[in-house]
Amino acid sequence: MSANSDEHTLSAHSYLAEKGFKSWATTLDHKRIGIMYLYTTLLFFFVGGVIALLMRLELLTPGPSMMSDHTYNVLFTMHGNMMIFLFVIPAIPSALGNFFIPLLVGARDVAFPRLNLASYWIFVAGVLVVLGSLLSPMDTGWTFYTPYSAKIATAVTAISFGLFLVGMSSILTGLNFIVTIHKLRTPGMTWYRMPLFIWAMYATSIMQVIATPVVGVTFLLLVAERVLDIGFFDPAKGGDPLLFQHFFWFYSHPAVYIMIIPAMGIISEIIPPFARKPIFGYKAIAYSSLAIAFISFIVWGHHMFVSGMSDVAGAIFSFLTFLVAVPTGVKVFNWIATLYKGSIILDAPMLYALTFIFLFIIGGLTGPFLAALATDVQLHDTYFVVAHFHYTIMGGTVMGYFAGLHYWFPKMTGRMYSEKIAKAAWLFIFLGFNITFLAMFVLGAEGMPRRWAEYPVRFQPLNIVATIGSWLLAAGVVIMFVNLVRSAMRGEMAPGNPWRALTLEWQTPSPPPTENFEEIPEVTDWPYGYGKKAGTGPSPK
Amino acid sequence: MSLFTPSGAGASRVAGEIDSVFIFITLVGLFFFLLTQGFLIYFAIKYRRRKREEEEETPYITGHTLLEWVWIVIPTILVMVMFAYGFKVYRDIRMPPPGATEINVTGKQWFFEFKYPDGRSAINEVRIPVGKPVKFILTSRDVIHSFYLPDFRIKQDLLPGAYTYLWLQPEKTGTFDIFCAEYCGVGHSIMRAKLVVMGQQEYDAWAGGAVAAAPGAVPTVARGKKLVEDSGCLACHSLDGTAKVGPTLKGIYGRKVGLTDGKTVIADDNYLRESLLEPNTRVVKGFQPVMPTFKQTLKEEDIAAIIAYLKTVK
Ligand code: HEC
Ligand SMILES: [Cu+2]
Ligand SMILES: [Cu+2]
Repeated sequence: MSANSDEHTLSAHSYLAEKGFKSWATTLDHKRIGIMYLYTTLLFFFVGGVIALLMRLELLTPGPSMMSDHTYNVLFTMHGNMMIFLFVIPAIPSALGNFFIPLLVGARDVAFPRLNLASYWIFVAGVLVVLGSLLSPMDTGWTFYTPYSAKIATAVTAISFGLFLVGMSSILTGLNFIVTIHKLRTPGMTWYRMPLFIWAMYATSIMQVIATPVVGVTFLLLVAERVLDIGFFDPAKGGDPLLFQHFFWFYSHPAVYIMIIPAMGIISEIIPPFARKPIFGYKAIAYSSLAIAFISFIVWGHHMFVSGMSDVAGAIFSFLTFLVAVPTGVKVFNWIATLYKGSIILDAPMLYALTFIFLFIIGGLTGPFLAALATDVQLHDTYFVVAHFHYTIMGGTVMGYFAGLHYWFPKMTGRMYSEKIAKAAWLFIFLGFNITFLAMFVLGAEGMPRRWAEYPVRFQPLNIVATIGSWLLAAGVVIMFVNLVRSAMRGEMAPGNPWRALTLEWQTPSPPPTENFEEIPEVTDWPYGYGKKAGTGPSPK
Repeated sequence: MSLFTPSGAGASRVAGEIDSVFIFITLVGLFFFLLTQGFLIYFAIKYRRRKREEEEETPYITGHTLLEWVWIVIPTILVMVMFAYGFKVYRDIRMPPPGATEINVTGKQWFFEFKYPDGRSAINEVRIPVGKPVKFILTSRDVIHSFYLPDFRIKQDLLPGAYTYLWLQPEKTGTFDIFCAEYCGVGHSIMRAKLVVMGQQEYDAWAGGAVAAAPGAVPTVARGKKLVEDSGCLACHSLDGTAKVGPTLKGIYGRKVGLTDGKTVIADDNYLRESLLEPNTRVVKGFQPVMPTFKQTLKEEDIAAIIAYLKTVK
């Protein structure tokens, strides 16, 4: 125990009280497992981010300057793989989801705590294998398209196996969450009294369990082709290269919703307490998560309009893809409507939540260009696509994640972060992000393909703009994390419920005790009862 | 500077149509952008609390069924319109007019090789006359590449072991970029070629001179004819419409072929290719699966030449 015994010492009940490597490595406490995921995934956010900065630096000039084209190609592959498989996909579900799902449903832990610990270590094993593959770094991009990936002599086999393990961890976590949400809700918490983050995590978990095995099997087939020389995908061996793309996107399209839906859940938790208004359209938001999850399984072909897939299939996939816009729009409209006549306080969580909406609208409205057949033929595989998905995944998921980090920071650490510094960081992030990626929209429309180590001079001005934007963005992220780390060590002590929110995690001390709640709370109403019901108390005339 | 490529407006009629779809989606998007961001920012400012402590009383509003339907139905209609418009133009992108000149394109790490109908070939530069439709028949020797013409707003992947195509009809002369848009290895970003669109007279002069300058070149169709004669095809196939051991090759290209499994296929480039390499995967109804494979004997160029020739057997 710490020698320091002033009132700033955390309570002995706190889940953080026990110290030492072993107490963490073997913990069954979902909160501690969540924290371990948080640190592990953040590591890759930083590595992936530094790689992105190096790429932007290289792209300042049209020709090779700091590095060879091959090095650049390795870097964009690492950036994509780390950001997607080791950060964005696990960040919200495995880190924040693990920590908060039991707290939000009023349970003492997830349904299978041992399985939960096992998933973490499987994840770590996968991460180590992926890192091991860097001995002979590959350059296929995160999409692994065959036959290129089946032919090259780099560690594709190792990385595929690593990602297979990471996927397995993701499946087990999803399973655990589904059972937890079904079985461990506190008395009185009916489905329609569940917080929307839980609805979102429920939809996400279903997708993880259904879609992830497909990419796992695909990676195994790729390994079989490389090691055993069986021709699944290489036409020279009698295989079909498009088959790989079908398999890959059957997972990887739902995967973008595995990434975004949890963030949408966080937004739905933050807006009501910070606007002091009930969430607008609870059921519409809840069911739109499920609708998105469902539709996301039948739209993968929109990545293949120019691949040589049949034109009829292209038309069907285009049609289905447009349908996703509807439930997505429903969420945005409902969030905005929640603000109406609120009493809004623009603290960091809310600021990031509103930024999520702002950027996600841009990401969402640039989707139809890629869903429509005619314009996709032009824009596919250009920087337009890069900009579009960074607006949805970084502007969306990562902003939602930042919002969640600030919102739940007092609960996780028992301390408050500095609001002023958080806002300064936000300003840098907001400006930097938009400068970087707006430039990429224009680059793409002008015809610059993605994954280009070199480019004709006419694309240089906008590349310089994007690189300068990336510096602002990086500065913002650094400021934000310095603030969080500093505050975690010496921030002001946080009360149990600093935001006066109604969900259950706030009805227990910060940081929560190991068993979460002294007494299991009972629920009699939904968690968004802010504002004044008509006919109660003095009327507001 | 135009938002698009340096040539500004597209270099073909279809490019213009694609730009119209782009503009239409931009306008719809702009409307929703202003609507949603407008309300978002307006509410965030208007209902902002000036002082943390001064919390205003807020109304208990939990939803509005009619509004919910409005923002389900209107976007649904709009996205259907966007889909239909994109689809309509896509059909123009995919349907080459009859009689388009065919040029074979083979992608290799890391260059494009072009083969003209008269047997000439060129690397990373292809010349065509203005105002005439051209159909590029695409394939790859190694990994997947993509044939991307930003000024024409179109691209199509090149697959190993299969044919894909792309057509265009240039409306102005000039030199246009061709980029590889599918990652294909270390040279991907320098895998660039040029499309040179020339006036008809200029083109004829160049083409005549080029043929004369390359005396050894045998026109592709002629080569295909010779290959068919020399490979024993005519022992089993006729060119005059009568069936022998195998169906006649007269008018084979584009024919509707009934198969033993009850399905029908259109005999296109890929089907003909398959008939030569894997003759027994799809067997023509009423015939025995006795055609030998030519996988070992015919090279990639030979197959392309035979197909080019079969297209002329009418
Ligand atoms: C031993 C006889 C034989 C020889 C030699 C032969 N074929 Fe065939 N071919 C057939 C038979 C029988 C079929 C119909 C059954 C099938 O589809 O396999 C056929 C089918 C085809 C078809 C599909 C026709 C359709 O109507 O769909 C094409 C094209 C074709 N052959 C081209 C060739 C060419 C070109 C050659 C020479 C390089 C050749 N064949 C050599 C027997 C032969
Ligand atoms: Cu997708
Ligand atoms: Cu390429």
